[in-house]
Amino acid sequence: MNELIKIVTQLLSDKTIGVFIGYEKGSAGRTRALFARNADQAQKLICDDTCTQNLAGYLLKPEIKKLGRIGILANIPALRSIMQLASEHQIKDQSLLVLTANSDGSLTEFCDFHSIEKYLETSDVNITSGEKEMIARLESMTTTERREFWSREFEKCIKCYACRAACPMCYCHRCTTDVNQPQWIPVASHEMGNLEYHLMRAMHLAGRCINCGECAKACPMDIPLNLLTYQLIEPIRENFGKTAGMKADAVYALSTFNPDDTENFIL
Amino acid sequence: MDKEIKILKYGDLPKLIGRFNSRGFKVLAPVRSGTIVEINPVGSFEEIVLDALLTRQSAKKVAFPKVEKVLEFDILKKGVVQHPVDPEACPETLLFGVRPCDACGFKSLDSIFGDTPADQFYLKKKEKTTIISFACTTADEYCFCTSVGGGPGNTDGSDLQFTPISPEELLVEILTDKGKEAAALFGDLLTDASTGTDKSQHLADVKVVFDVKNVVDKATSSFNDTEFWLDQSLRCIGCGACAFVCPTCACFDLQDEQNTKKGVRLRLWDSCGFSLFTLHTSGHNPREVQSQRWRQRIMHKFSYMPEQFNGVGCVGCGRCSRACPADMNIKEHLTSIAAQ
Amino acid sequence: MEQQNIYQPYLMEIEKITEEAPMVKTFRLKFANDEEAENFSFRTGQFGEYSVFGEGESTFCIASPHTRKGYIECTFREAGRVTSELAKLNEGDTMGFRGPFGNVFPIDEWKGKNLLFIAGGIALPPMRSVIWSCLDQRDQFKDITILYGAKTVQDLVYKEELAEWKARQDVNLVTTVDPGGETPDWTGEVGFVPSILEKMKPVCENTIAVVCGPPIMIKFTFPVLEKAGFADEQVFTTLENRMKCGLGKCGRCNVGKVFVCKDGPVFTRTQLKQLPDEY
Repeated sequence: MNELIKIVTQLLSDKTIGVFIGYEKGSAGRTRALFARNADQAQKLICDDTCTQNLAGYLLKPEIKKLGRIGILANIPALRSIMQLASEHQIKDQSLLVLTANSDGSLTEFCDFHSIEKYLETSDVNITSGEKEMIARLESMTTTERREFWSREFEKCIKCYACRAACPMCYCHRCTTDVNQPQWIPVASHEMGNLEYHLMRAMHLAGRCINCGECAKACPMDIPLNLLTYQLIEPIRENFGKTAGMKADAVYALSTFNPDDTENFIL
Repeated sequence: MDKEIKILKYGDLPKLIGRFNSRGFKVLAPVRSGTIVEINPVGSFEEIVLDALLTRQSAKKVAFPKVEKVLEFDILKKGVVQHPVDPEACPETLLFGVRPCDACGFKSLDSIFGDTPADQFYLKKKEKTTIISFACTTADEYCFCTSVGGGPGNTDGSDLQFTPISPEELLVEILTDKGKEAAALFGDLLTDASTGTDKSQHLADVKVVFDVKNVVDKATSSFNDTEFWLDQSLRCIGCGACAFVCPTCACFDLQDEQNTKKGVRLRLWDSCGFSLFTLHTSGHNPREVQSQRWRQRIMHKFSYMPEQFNGVGCVGCGRCSRACPADMNIKEHLTSIAAQ
Repeated sequence: MEQQNIYQPYLMEIEKITEEAPMVKTFRLKFANDEEAENFSFRTGQFGEYSVFGEGESTFCIASPHTRKGYIECTFREAGRVTSELAKLNEGDTMGFRGPFGNVFPIDEWKGKNLLFIAGGIALPPMRSVIWSCLDQRDQFKDITILYGAKTVQDLVYKEELAEWKARQDVNLVTTVDPGGETPDWTGEVGFVPSILEKMKPVCENTIAVVCGPPIMIKFTFPVLEKAGFADEQVFTTLENRMKCGLGKCGRCNVGKVFVCKDGPVFTRTQLKQLPDEY
């Protein structure tokens, strides 16, 4: 922790970075994002196992980009998001200053995307046992049962878009939901409006979601949204051999055509 | 009317609910829904949860639902036919087991929707709703009702309030004419309270953390301090969670939907936190950045509403802070505004 | 109906469509219901929410003067979802109108004064209503001057009316186009509205100035009026903001504590200066 504060204070004072995105103590035992722009603010940085939020969601926010070069304390999910954003040409190599906290408490600074790729080769995004159980349940359901499950969950949805706002991959300047010529997705929070929004979002995340779970954490109605997007990770891996957020120069499975793609679904 | 004070036994609550049900009331109360507690229709007392601190969403959906049909029409080859949508087509409703802050929240909505020209969709539902609130014996660190003119035993907006005064008994306050009418349904279950029964000793201790007048003054004078609003709002992700769970937020959108020449116009919840909220078709946006939108949230509740309606647009329930994915704790922010 | 549905529009029939300029049309609307037509009235400066049923509503001023009964007019530019659908409608089609909303130009207080109307581009419609409302009682006012400019000759709206005003002896009309926007046969001025205004040397004594236009035009016009001695109380303008309900409930159009739909859209420069810089 002190090591981190020391490093960040130095980086800010010699203007290597304009802002450092890390964590601080929040309310009621929560941990929240901190945007340290000076030495005083850097004192509040913490680094422990409550630091689970994927901070990569803040990297593309215009207000934060305006503050100067960004430094970030990235956990595994955030590193995966950074790789995915890099492969989508949203971040340039070496434009960020990326630190990570290792399990032994030491800090690693990545000099470029390649070093992040190497680091990720031996780690994965953790999935809780509760989530494992839920996914097994979902996969054992018939399509009708699964449809009923999600319909019941989506009844609770209030279309607050916290899921979209919290997701590092939902950075589109004009989200499909917000396009009104034509109005692809109904704005209203009724059955169709909720279903179409969540299904559209899941499809737009297929092959891009790294299951950080921020969507489910953000949802004020406790809808387990990450399970919906998680279920699309396997089909992409199976059919295209690709996994999101591993390589900075990866190409997106669903927008690339290779002559030797399997076509077992046509003819 | 002068309020009446009575005693009701906990054990009689199932009977009470049963009376309203058999009179054809729609009974809405906190029920467990997965990991959260929500206000939903109930058939019997057994479904009701009375020991949760607060429901996740506020009670406003009872009179101001997230989707309200306000128009219905057929688009013909020549012309349009509008079908009347009757705002009175709602049942007599009992809203039971909500908190004082929930009942209080309706005051802001009454001002906005009741202001001429009045929104009958809200008014009629509200008119037909009787509110029995339960005073709070516990609170958590997000609560700050006492700092904004409310309290764990505040009766504003309630028709009746029940306060647990012992494991078996509830103190019943009959506060309004509507409350009196409702109490007539279970009058036989009520006994007189002994003089000197004081509910305040049973209420949660919610310390005042700021002088709301300070917040109003300082917010108003800090409008142009861009650094201040930026500092507060950097971690805000611009979703609508706070506005939608809030008992007093009433901003709405109007959207048309049509399908094979039949259409509706819907009134939907909206949030000033969304970037699209004030976006002009030309592309100009008076509130281009999140700090301006965060400022609007605070100013609307603590500067503009006090001026328009003589009361702040906040009941201190803390729902926004509990629901916020980014931990924008409003109590914390208001305290720092007051301390400016 | 005693307690009406505030979201329900009047049914209106499109009586006449005029193509004013590229992408700009004027609709003359009459009430489908005669009783509603009888009972309807508005005052100049007010606006309405115009519906395409099934698509939504859009906010435009009522561009016709309140002195003319039996119809209302609106002028709009095709820009977004609703206006694009409006542009597809034909004479005889049905659309909706909710209104009148907003405050008014206090023309009764202007009687006996000189009037100076300054408008740019698509902002002539709100001005047109107040201009005609004044011209329809011409003897109540002293000198009336109209300065109107657009980007190019093609973009000038109400071309027929401009000719009418030009021909009148009791109105001084000056039209201008931006440099580069003139055609070989253009006989009006060439220059941005604020510079032409300065050339005209406006007289502030006993004069009311009404300014409507794109923000950039307003930004440069106000100083010209100030230099000419106009007090803030003598200068009127209209504000626009994104709107939905039009009646001060949906919370969208506020500039500080003021709702543009209820406390506006007409503001004096005095009132404008009290508003925060958020519009």
